[in-house]
Amino acid sequence: MAGPRNISVSETSRPVLPRHAKLKFDETRQVWVILAPERVLAPDEIAVEVLKLCDGVRSVGAMIDELAAKYAAPREAIATDVVAMLQDLADKGFLTQAREKTS
Amino acid sequence: MSEILANSKPADPGDGLAALEARRSTAESFGIPLAVLAELTHRCPLQCPYCSNPVELDRAGSELSTEEWKKVLSELAEIGVLQIHFSGGEPTARKDLVELVRHASDVGLYSNLITSAVLLTREKLSALADAGLCHVQISFQGNEPSVADRVAGLKQSHQKKLEAARWTREVDLPLTVNAVMHRQNLHQLSDIIQMAVDLDADRLEVANVQYYGWALKNRAALMPTLAQIEETSRIVEEAQTRLKGILAIDYVVPDYYALRPKKCMGGWGRQFFNISPAGKVLPCHAAESITGLQFESVRSNHSIAWIWQNSEAFNRYRGTAWMPEPCKSCEFREIDFGGCRCQAFALTGDAGNTDPACTLSPKHEEIFRQAECEAAADNNRFVYRNFAGGTLETGGGDGA
Repeated sequence: MAGPRNISVSETSRPVLPRHAKLKFDETRQVWVILAPERVLAPDEIAVEVLKLCDGVRSVGAMIDELAAKYAAPREAIATDVVAMLQDLADKGFLTQAREKTS
Repeated sequence: MSEILANSKPADPGDGLAALEARRSTAESFGIPLAVLAELTHRCPLQCPYCSNPVELDRAGSELSTEEWKKVLSELAEIGVLQIHFSGGEPTARKDLVELVRHASDVGLYSNLITSAVLLTREKLSALADAGLCHVQISFQGNEPSVADRVAGLKQSHQKKLEAARWTREVDLPLTVNAVMHRQNLHQLSDIIQMAVDLDADRLEVANVQYYGWALKNRAALMPTLAQIEETSRIVEEAQTRLKGILAIDYVVPDYYALRPKKCMGGWGRQFFNISPAGKVLPCHAAESITGLQFESVRSNHSIAWIWQNSEAFNRYRGTAWMPEPCKSCEFREIDFGGCRCQAFALTGDAGNTDPACTLSPKHEEIFRQAECEAAADNNRFVYRNFAGGTLETGGGDGA
């Protein structure tokens, strides 16, 4: 039952924000926020960029490809940082795994 | 890019997150709160003796209409509120709850339902989820019916709550279990923690009763013993470690047994307001217990933002300028803001006094000793919460 809560992030993961966490741009304070029960968090710019790609469809590998292309940076370095960042978010309960559509 | 990633990490290793609260409080003091509590009604099928509603309850006839609440929700979103907690009384007693949740979603508010759950059906939960509800918090009075139904003053309530909690997860809504703890149910804490895990909750709030209003009337029947509090802290700490990543546990200690008072509401008029069923804008849900303060209503010709910034009630105990000694010269005055105004009023007759929960309050020792005596006397009879001003439990007070 508590299965999807502790995800292990790899390049094949397709992470998505869980239903209780919403990423939103706060117009009043001009800052991106994650809304969660009893909490409002302000992710930094890079975290926001990565979180916007977490749609439950894209794999982490695909996100890394996109970011590596966008910033013309070595893929390996990007991969290490993105996986570490996503794992931290997952450990804190702000990312979950998209449910398998078949079986 | 990798360097940007690395450098962007805050001190807390690598999650790229910071609590917005800290940023805001330095950037714009008394900025509009991030979250607001909407008490839709004071009607409730439960009669819990520690209810956080005022003893003087708002009648159904004085409640804001659907259109009035919708206007309030729109206005809140417009001025920068991000989260709305629908509470009560029992918010599901309002027939327009789904409509209000949908409106909150339409205007971009993150919505949370704080409920006793006994009126919920699977269909209702499904409709609320479809309307965009983000989170459900269900209160529990114990881990089994004999204690839980007695505390709630309603037969079958525990069974109904368990059912509703399961439906909540079935419709894929995240669940927080809220357990209000006191002398007569603290022995069930370990089982309540396990119940929250079994119900697949994400969070558990272990909230010791705070003693104003109804709970103050029932203090003798509810006040835990010091031994119970020590045991509670041990159980919570052990569970927090064991259940890391499975169940987050928030723990609220009873301030009678703390050395420092709580930073109530994050400080009066600093981070929070709530709206009462009749539309009063209040610095905390118990604020109406303080006589002599005038609270503005959303039905007045003032905007909510104006009331927050300018009304006399909000400004009365804001900041530190209002403080008498020992708060005035205290090194903790910006940390706890003198504790809780409602508790100071209830226990000393003046909301401007230091909260007696603080060891520096001249009243602290007397009140603590009184509470200890009450806990030891073990008089377990409740005064149930209702619109008639309370009803004494029949029988000996042990559910017999």
